[in-house]
Amino acid sequence: MTTTGFLPTITASPFLSAFIWIILILAAMYLARKPFHRCMASFSLIIRNSLRLFATSVKLAEKRLNDRNRDVLLSAGRQHAERCVEREFERISTAVQRDLEGYPQLQRRLNESLVKLDEDYRNSVEIPQTLPDWVKVIKAIAAIRPSNDPIIANMLEDIHQTISEQHTKALEQHRIDASKRHGILNRMMPLLQNIKKTLGGLNKSLSDLNFRAKRMDRYIDNYEQIREQTDTAMQTLSSSSLTQFFISGGVLLVALGGAIINFNLIALPMSEMVGGASYIGPYKTSNIAGLVIICLEICTGIFLMESLRITRLFPIIGSMDDRMRMMLFWIALSLLAILAGVESALAFMRDRIAADMEALRQSLAGVTPNSVAGSVIPTAGQMVMGFILPFILTFVAIPLESFVASARTILGLTAAWMLRSLAFILRLIGHLGYYVGRLTINLYDLVIFPALWLEGVMTRKLPRTQTKDNAVDKEKTIDSGSMPAADPLVENKEMAK
Amino acid sequence: MKAFRFWVVGFLIFLVGCAQQSNHTKGVYMLMDTSGTYAVELNKARSIINYLLGTLQPGDTLAVGRIDTGSFSEKDIVAKVTFDSRPSMANNQKRLFQNRVKTFVRGVRQSSYTDISGGMLQAIEYLNESGSGNKYILIFSDLQEELAKGYVRNVPFELPGFHVIALNVTKLRADNQDPKNYMDRVERWRKKTEKGGGTWRVINDLDRLDNILIRG
Repeated sequence: MTTTGFLPTITASPFLSAFIWIILILAAMYLARKPFHRCMASFSLIIRNSLRLFATSVKLAEKRLNDRNRDVLLSAGRQHAERCVEREFERISTAVQRDLEGYPQLQRRLNESLVKLDEDYRNSVEIPQTLPDWVKVIKAIAAIRPSNDPIIANMLEDIHQTISEQHTKALEQHRIDASKRHGILNRMMPLLQNIKKTLGGLNKSLSDLNFRAKRMDRYIDNYEQIREQTDTAMQTLSSSSLTQFFISGGVLLVALGGAIINFNLIALPMSEMVGGASYIGPYKTSNIAGLVIICLEICTGIFLMESLRITRLFPIIGSMDDRMRMMLFWIALSLLAILAGVESALAFMRDRIAADMEALRQSLAGVTPNSVAGSVIPTAGQMVMGFILPFILTFVAIPLESFVASARTILGLTAAWMLRSLAFILRLIGHLGYYVGRLTINLYDLVIFPALWLEGVMTRKLPRTQTKDNAVDKEKTIDSGSMPAADPLVENKEMAK
Repeated sequence: MKAFRFWVVGFLIFLVGCAQQSNHTKGVYMLMDTSGTYAVELNKARSIINYLLGTLQPGDTLAVGRIDTGSFSEKDIVAKVTFDSRPSMANNQKRLFQNRVKTFVRGVRQSSYTDISGGMLQAIEYLNESGSGNKYILIFSDLQEELAKGYVRNVPFELPGFHVIALNVTKLRADNQDPKNYMDRVERWRKKTEKGGGTWRVINDLDRLDNILIRG
């Protein structure tokens, strides 16, 4: 009944029927060639253009996201630089207050020391009293020729004795004067040392200030670079953000481990307080209660850090006046201490419950429970851990802030990368669709090549005027959207774009 | 202020709703065969009960009933308890339960007949009353039912949501001669259970009691 299973037979011979069917189909395909070409060309152009439009839109979104990422990064970097500069200014202010506030007193002390030194110096250089003028008289007497006159001899003897006494006295006086000068010079030494020490301290303070000033210059340079939005600043900030993300993520993971240990310490005793048989959803109420306590501890810790202005997750806390802020600090600290105390008590209760359960298990297993009391060290250890862990979890606020800040940048970068990839894929699919359309058209022509060959043969025989009509018709076909002849170079350039 | 109240009330309703959304408690009823041929196995049953006491959590229910001539009676419940929600209280209850079972096993009298169906009906009734979320009936027996004259037990079991587990199903002398007897016996109980809507399992190796209550 059929020739190829689905086509009805035309003649008695199936082969002839099939041949006729092929001829008919080829003829139909040849007649439908131009509409098919137009249709396929339009379809492939629709795919390519729509996907290119979509890709352009995605690229635009990526650009916006990149701009936003840049703004976020610069804003974070600017805030960080401002904080650094502020902190450095505070340090310099403290150093100036500490070291140079007493500068007038220091100067006065130095002046006093210098005046004293000057006086001492003057005292030390005072010339001892010279011998009296009667030495000349003695010289004149000494020039008298010796004679045997006893009066003269006695007189000379008296003069000699007097001069000897005077000499001894003068020598003693000279020694006393020299000793006084040495004393004055000795007194100058500590003064000099004191001045040296004071000047050394001053020098150190000034060097410190100089060092801080250089560091400040560096911070200001960084700040200026960020403000000018230079590429170097962007690269530095981006790299710093990535590093911060991984470091703070690692620290948060460690903190998570601590929180899990903390949870295990309090989950069992919480069942003694809220009951072990009630559930919230698929989770035990006691477990959720334990988790809530840990979350409360972390929240209190965050508020504590905020009130100390160590972190800036809640700007409203940082901008409070100091009195209110300190009040918040003490409230948070008190709550944390209470929670730590509660947790310590829960840890103690956990130890008792665990011991009771172990005794029951031994009893059920037929083993005689050990009546000897266990060591108190594990109990004490658990209690200490229960008390300390909430305070340790307080410090989670610092890596959390870094993580949140850096995660914004990282998420933005990841989203931008995904958008870029999406745009590329869309363009690729668009081009693929376009070339698949071309391939389909060529395959179509390949299928109906006998008809096309026949057309070529007949065209050669027809007059030239008819050929011109065909050319005009062909041009019309191209204008109305059929595929032009492909130029490989142009296509490659287009793909590269 | 009204909006605040609205949200507070809504939050409380949400919490209460969540808390009562699903029942996670387990109810276990263990039937112990005290008939002549099987009474010697009761010490093994004690170890199973001890295992259950170690496994069950606060809020769970445990009852032990004996299979004798007429088992469909509250008098056949040897011990029953619903554990307190506080672990410390639950531990004390477990100790008391253990002692009660110990006393029973020491002074048990062998029964002439084996009314397993009556015990099953009693177990179904008790566990349905307990309101447990997961219900388990453990049958510690050779599954050879022998009813005394006048006892009718052709009542179909209503077992949807029940897990029936036969433990230590020993082979009788006749089973050794013709294993088909044993297989038919076990198959009959399986069909009866599954027809009632429950699940059926057999555990003969008592060293493999791990996860007995988890897998159902």
